[in-house]
Amino acid sequence: MSEFLQALSQHAFLQTALIAGLLAALGCGVVGTFVVVKRITFLAGGIAHSVLGGMGAALYFGLDPLGGALAAALVSALIIGWVRLHWSTQEDTLIGALWAIGMAVGILFIAKTPGYTGDLMSYLFGNILLVPTRDLWIMAGLDGLLLAVILAFYRQLLAVAFDEELARLRGVPVTGFYLLLLCLVAVTVVLLIQVVGLILVIALLTLPAAIAGHWVHTLGGIMVAATGLGAAFTSAGLALAYAPDLPVGPTVILLAGGAYVVSALAAGLVQRRRARRRAAAT
Amino acid sequence: MNAETAAVAISGLSFSYGDALVLEGVALTVAQGEFLGLVGPNAGGKSTLLKLILGLLEPQAGQVRILGRPPAEARRLLGYVPQHPGFPRDFPITVEQAVLMGRLGVGLGWRCWLGGWSAADRAAARAALLEVQATDLAQRQIGTLSGGQLQRVLVARALVGDPRLLILDEPTANIDQRMEGEIFDLLRALNARMTILVVSHDVAFISAYVTRVACLNRTLVCHTTEAIDGQLIQDLYGEDVRRVAHQHAA
Repeated sequence: MSEFLQALSQHAFLQTALIAGLLAALGCGVVGTFVVVKRITFLAGGIAHSVLGGMGAALYFGLDPLGGALAAALVSALIIGWVRLHWSTQEDTLIGALWAIGMAVGILFIAKTPGYTGDLMSYLFGNILLVPTRDLWIMAGLDGLLLAVILAFYRQLLAVAFDEELARLRGVPVTGFYLLLLCLVAVTVVLLIQVVGLILVIALLTLPAAIAGHWVHTLGGIMVAATGLGAAFTSAGLALAYAPDLPVGPTVILLAGGAYVVSALAAGLVQRRRARRRAAAT
Repeated sequence: MNAETAAVAISGLSFSYGDALVLEGVALTVAQGEFLGLVGPNAGGKSTLLKLILGLLEPQAGQVRILGRPPAEARRLLGYVPQHPGFPRDFPITVEQAVLMGRLGVGLGWRCWLGGWSAADRAAARAALLEVQATDLAQRQIGTLSGGQLQRVLVARALVGDPRLLILDEPTANIDQRMEGEIFDLLRALNARMTILVVSHDVAFISAYVTRVACLNRTLVCHTTEAIDGQLIQDLYGEDVRRVAHQHAA
């Protein structure tokens, strides 16, 4: 650990990586909370994987892959939202199809892109150590956008997540806010792809919020706790991976996954003990 | 009384899901200040009629007017208590926040849309919880409530927007009989300032509270409460129904 701290003070790329992890944690904490309570992990997965199509196309046409990823994420969020609202009987099949088609398109584009296209693995599994400084500013800008939208429309987003029928009866345009929520998920997915790659995005999006949900019982509280957990996982993953030279993304995910399993078991135990104590008290 | 001044004015209303005709030529006028019970067998069209009144479904034939307006424009004048809450019980939200949801759409201009709850919203939530005697539940997580407590909170959520018409779908289906009486006593008190429409399968019980009963089994027939007897119930349900006399101590 001291070795990592020393390296952190010396190497700019490690500082950049640490900041990227913290910026990603903010998105995964705040938006991940909505994903977990609204139970749209599968939709988020579809969005994440179809991003490869946009990245591949951007590379092929010589454009910025991050821009391609953002465009693809937003388009697939709108398509998936539309499918869920108008074609709900086939929802899971269609989202599964989009998921696969997006990835296939991306891989074909990358294969046909002339010259060196970077390691395909780094898109799939991310490489936080290769985040350019310029991307930090983009990530910070996207975080700011996410927070601004959520603060402005917190009540409506909460209503759509909590009780769609009530929201509709209170005159909230449910379709619009549902699609807005999926677009927020899309932006967050792009933030997180920088850190853990698109295969592992879902884990970082949902695990911190799910762990927080075991112990905190207000939406705002879960957002704060999940952001803190996300920051802890990305920072600790970076530090743990440094000395043995492990890939950072999978290390972060294993930390988060391990913490989730421990938290779920502990929460179950606490709940059982509380129920037993209550039964004994009567 | 005409369609402009009635709380609910329905004429010639028919609705079918595919080939199944659920409502046929339904006409119903509810005066402001009335306490109407809507009864009928399961699959008799009660929920469909409610959805049409709430504007969640569009009529295929006929017309629905709520306080003189199309349902979609009258939504903010309505309070609705669903039979099954449309949220998972483990949703991380306090009772106070859940009640505040009923204030959405109240207010003018940008305050109606942007930012958090206003002081007026919070005061309204406190008043609504007080009215249903659930003030002490305000900070509880919604999933920790009992069936009766949850029902009170749902009523508070419907009241917090200051409705002129309160609609309840089987408000006592999931609670015990003592609570059932308490809920209906509360509704009787609320009826002093708003029109109430309550759906129930328990025609004998609600007849002690409501001013008029509408019986729905695809078509709709209205009765004053004095006219409800065994013959009527048999006509409605098509077979002998075991009746229990409800004798509540006053």
